[in-house]
Amino acid sequence: MMTRIAQQNARDPGASMQRTGGNIGERAFVLCCLAAVVLPLLLLAVLIGDVLLDAAGRMSWDFITSYPSRRAERAGILPALVGSLLLVALTALLALPVGVGAAIYLEEYGKRSKLAELIEINIANLAGVPSVIYGLLGLGLFVRSLGLGRSVLAGAATLSLLVLPIVILSSREALRTVPHALREACYALGSTRWQAIRRVVLPTALPGILTGAILSLSRAIGETAPLIVVGALTYVTFLPDGLDAPFTALPIQIFNWVSRPQHEFLVNAAAGIVVLLVTMLLLNALAIVLRNRLQKRST
Amino acid sequence: MVAVDTDLSDAPAKFVTRDVFAWFGDKRVLHGVSLDIAANRAIAIIGPSGCGKSTFIRCLNRMHELVPGARVEGQIRLDGIDVYGSGVDPVRLRRRVGMVFQKPNPFPSMSVRENVLAGLRLTGSVPRAGLDETLEKALIQAALWEEVKDRLGDPGVGLSGGQQQRLCIARALAVDPDVLLMDEPCSALDPIATAKIEDLIHTLKRSYTIVIVTHSMQQAARVSDQTAFFLSGDLIEFDATNRIFTSPRDSRTEDYITGKFG
Repeated sequence: MMTRIAQQNARDPGASMQRTGGNIGERAFVLCCLAAVVLPLLLLAVLIGDVLLDAAGRMSWDFITSYPSRRAERAGILPALVGSLLLVALTALLALPVGVGAAIYLEEYGKRSKLAELIEINIANLAGVPSVIYGLLGLGLFVRSLGLGRSVLAGAATLSLLVLPIVILSSREALRTVPHALREACYALGSTRWQAIRRVVLPTALPGILTGAILSLSRAIGETAPLIVVGALTYVTFLPDGLDAPFTALPIQIFNWVSRPQHEFLVNAAAGIVVLLVTMLLLNALAIVLRNRLQKRST
Repeated sequence: MVAVDTDLSDAPAKFVTRDVFAWFGDKRVLHGVSLDIAANRAIAIIGPSGCGKSTFIRCLNRMHELVPGARVEGQIRLDGIDVYGSGVDPVRLRRRVGMVFQKPNPFPSMSVRENVLAGLRLTGSVPRAGLDETLEKALIQAALWEEVKDRLGDPGVGLSGGQQQRLCIARALAVDPDVLLMDEPCSALDPIATAKIEDLIHTLKRSYTIVIVTHSMQQAARVSDQTAFFLSGDLIEFDATNRIFTSPRDSRTEDYITGKFG
């Protein structure tokens, strides 16, 4: 290394200067990139640390298994937790089949048709619509017109609409990564398009589709605004006993506690946030384990 | 170009093609190819890149029309039946005319066993019994049985490149076709794997009609009974392989096989 630089110096003293300049530029760039990684992580760590400290006094099994109460030290999060889990499960049940179906149509069948183009533009637009608007749509469509009332089902249907663009876009991306050679192999064996999709294309794209599903459901579990509009309750002392039951969800319960003046409720809110984060992490972990098992089977 | 008579014309023709034209969008890539493919023979199709040789064999099993904007004109008959006739389902045609591709393409989500039986499973025509026999027969035919019989449950993509290609051949044979189209099946393989596939072709042509597209003239000379030379979408010459390589009639064929171009 030294000798090479020395030789270069001997030939052209200017060249080594330029090299060093390039190095400084590169190092600065790497530092910037590093900062871009570290800063948000640091902020996140501080945030989580802060929440954990706040929540420390209230984190107990009791908190998870109790119903809300006017007295902060007895208030728990059970209905909100059950409500959120129910919402996510229903949203998955509604949004995933529809979303994956739409992606299959757009990617495998409707390619290059005018209809598909129109749908595509609309999906891209829908992905950018604020969630409150979805709440209003859910209120008008599911709660009022379809008469579902302020129910878990109406909430899940609204969240499904909200995450549908994400599911469709990520599923299409996953379908697109399936090599064309595999489809050709299917056709050459005398399979129809649908047989090829069902037996080869979908299984190969499944890990990617699941990644999209994880992202979209993580979004669904954290959404508050559309649920408030649809009419989720903020003080529920019972568990939802059916799809038509009124409900609350974790973010709403947290929002409710945060807006109270008493300090004890702020502690509850912090504990609620921890429960929400842990739930989200567990759901993600479950989905990732599922995906890896599928991937292992396929590679 | 017209079909050229060969000394093998007494063998019954499996495929008869007359004035086959093919397009990709506005670009015509085949200009009237007429060729008789005899049953239970290996036919090699040679020619420089872009001469339409792959397009031609993809017209035989109607894979060409799957490309958006692609179309075919002319007549192609398999055992006397017009494969582009209105009553013919391309899906069923492809079960009789198997294909092996340039790059081995086993299904990544399937084991060796599942790959071989994929054609049956894909098309929903899984027989209740005899699956194991079909599996073993196809793998033996593809000269792969000895190498994989103890790991039929392993992923198909875990095999070596040459084994993967033989797996793809076994997969094509398991649906019991009449004809096997091979589109440069050895171009992604090393010489040893190539030799194995070439040996295989010699055995297979006793039971199947084989059409092999190849870049390698040595390979055409080694495996085929007849050779067709394509140049920019035209069939220039079609004759017994030894005659093509020893005394071609067309000067362009001679130029190509002596390495003056291509």
